[in-house]
Amino acid sequence: MIGTHQPDSLGRFGAFGGRFVPETVMAALDELQAAVNEALADPAFHAERDALARDFIGRPTPLYYAERLSEAVGGAQIWLKREDLNHTGAHKINNAVGQALIARRLGKRRIVAETGAGQHGVAAATVCARFGLDAVVYMGLEDTRRQRPNVVRMHMLGAELVPVTAGAGTLKDAMNEAIRDWIASVETTHYMIGSAAGPHPYPLLVRELQAVIGDEARAQLLDRAGRLPDAVLACVGGGSNAIGMFHAFRDDDVRLIGVEAGGDGAQLHAATLGGGRVSILHGSRSYVLADGEGQVLETHSISAGLDYPGVGPEHAHLKETGRAEYVPETDEAALVAFHRLCRLEGIIPALESAHALARAERVAASLPPAAIVLVCLSGRGDKDVDAIADREAVR
Amino acid sequence: MRLVTPALVVYLMADDGVADLAAAAVEAGATAIELGIPYSDPLADGPTIQRAGQRALDAGMTPSRALAVLAEIDRRVDVPLIPMTYGAIVEAYGVERFCADAAAAGAEGLIVADIPPEESAPLRDAAGGAGIDLIHLVAPTSREERLRAAAGLSRGFVYLVASMGTTGARERLDDRLAGLIGRTKAAAGATPVIAGFGISRPEHVRAVLAAGGDGVIVASAAIDALDEGGAEGFATFVRSLAGALA
Ligand SMILES: Cc1ncc(COP(=O)(O)O)c(C=O)c1O
Repeated sequence: MIGTHQPDSLGRFGAFGGRFVPETVMAALDELQAAVNEALADPAFHAERDALARDFIGRPTPLYYAERLSEAVGGAQIWLKREDLNHTGAHKINNAVGQALIARRLGKRRIVAETGAGQHGVAAATVCARFGLDAVVYMGLEDTRRQRPNVVRMHMLGAELVPVTAGAGTLKDAMNEAIRDWIASVETTHYMIGSAAGPHPYPLLVRELQAVIGDEARAQLLDRAGRLPDAVLACVGGGSNAIGMFHAFRDDDVRLIGVEAGGDGAQLHAATLGGGRVSILHGSRSYVLADGEGQVLETHSISAGLDYPGVGPEHAHLKETGRAEYVPETDEAALVAFHRLCRLEGIIPALESAHALARAERVAASLPPAAIVLVCLSGRGDKDVDAIADREAVR
Repeated sequence: MRLVTPALVVYLMADDGVADLAAAAVEAGATAIELGIPYSDPLADGPTIQRAGQRALDAGMTPSRALAVLAEIDRRVDVPLIPMTYGAIVEAYGVERFCADAAAAGAEGLIVADIPPEESAPLRDAAGGAGIDLIHLVAPTSREERLRAAAGLSRGFVYLVASMGTTGARERLDDRLAGLIGRTKAAAGATPVIAGFGISRPEHVRAVLAAGGDGVIVASAAIDALDEGGAEGFATFVRSLAGALA
């Protein structure tokens, strides 16, 4: 059931969100919204989702106290919400399973999706295999190179993968093509967006489907530590793992910290909330990395999943209201945190999640040992090991 | 807008030298010119217009320069001029300033592809204040209420999307075209209904007019004709569509 912190009737969170899309898909957004409202009010929908969460995804995911990492950092306790242990290796599957159930309610048997790191593409391909749907996944050419293991997985799962050569060949370009496909195919096709972005009702839908992360983590921490965390951190690409993690803590006295891709630490980055301006991208009003004339800028991040010039509208609202903070971590800092987690905890994190870890270490270092820092470990790093090995062998 | 119907609206991408093409289009029978202001991420556009837009951006085209190009076209031809762009461009420029500057450059109408009726109030006010017509779109998928809203809010004309998908030349238009034109005409009253998206042949023009439409917009097919046959091929193509208006 949809609870508090609802967008208004036009799908706006404060000044952000809405629907900025060609007329051709407006009717489909109305239909989707009706289907989402019905599904969220239907106990049968929740029962099926819960069963799939348990038996197919592997939920609840563990909450893990990273004791050796905490000790090495020398401050607060660092706890990890292990979304990396989900089936397919990231939080993306939470959203994909829910949207597959919605697509079925809509009677749509063809799915289009975009992917950056390939984790959403793999999740979409996975649920399409599981539900007998056709999957077409758009992925930037550059991303097909740097996340090659996920390309192979999508093929094995039976998805059609379409490499996108436009622009820099990254997530933004893949999303353009997925939306263009959908504009042409909207009557038979569901657009399975991978993040908490896009036109209303997608940001709300994805939040509701990812809120399980924070709901579980909050209950687990209360159970295990007997208290709420002092700070909650998550990386922010489009913002789905972050909003899923933050949502449960919105009304608690807890710092919410979103970590964006700081890239090279200077000009080349993907820190949209940190360095962007209010504009329109991919169907909603939010912060965008754009120039003064409205043209979208090229971004850079070592992590394909964060290499995106937009961000979900609810994060823009959380920034504007001061409820959450958004900070950058560089490629280098993410790599250091990546290796530290590998060596100290025996966990290979996704490069996206490593950005959140990098900041979590800094925050933990500034707090006393009794404090608790909770981090969303959004995914595992299997997809990244080749790219990191190549990069480090070159040096 | 001083739109003469049946209308043949020819789309050109703002680029240096485009005023000559606009003059050639009008000479060949175009009754209005739509001028694309390039945007980095044009979601409603297919490959032809994406490419034309990217070429223009690579050559340094900006929204202000595009309005200067519009003014240059206005000095050369005496037909309605209609800039077309995306919300991000208009908002970055400033909605009111954009409408005022476009009007000063000779624009009589404005199309913003990703601003639907529910989000268009600020733009409607600014366009109204500047004395230019804000055009809304209807699509084959638009339900009755949306169709009535778009038709009711449109000034100048209603832009009827004649095929599903992004812009681009097509062999066939949407099967529902005639019905959509009929429904839109009924909702639009005296406001003309002009069909675009996919229009690329004289028989498309005849089909639109036969169904009661007031004209067509041709974009990608005109740019394709230009890319393939130069200025001469472009003029020949426009003439072939103009011939189907009568
Ligand atoms: C593991 C992982 N974390 C985070 C992200 C970023 O997406 P979001 O901000 O929507 O959580 C991705 C995206 O590909 C990802 O694969």
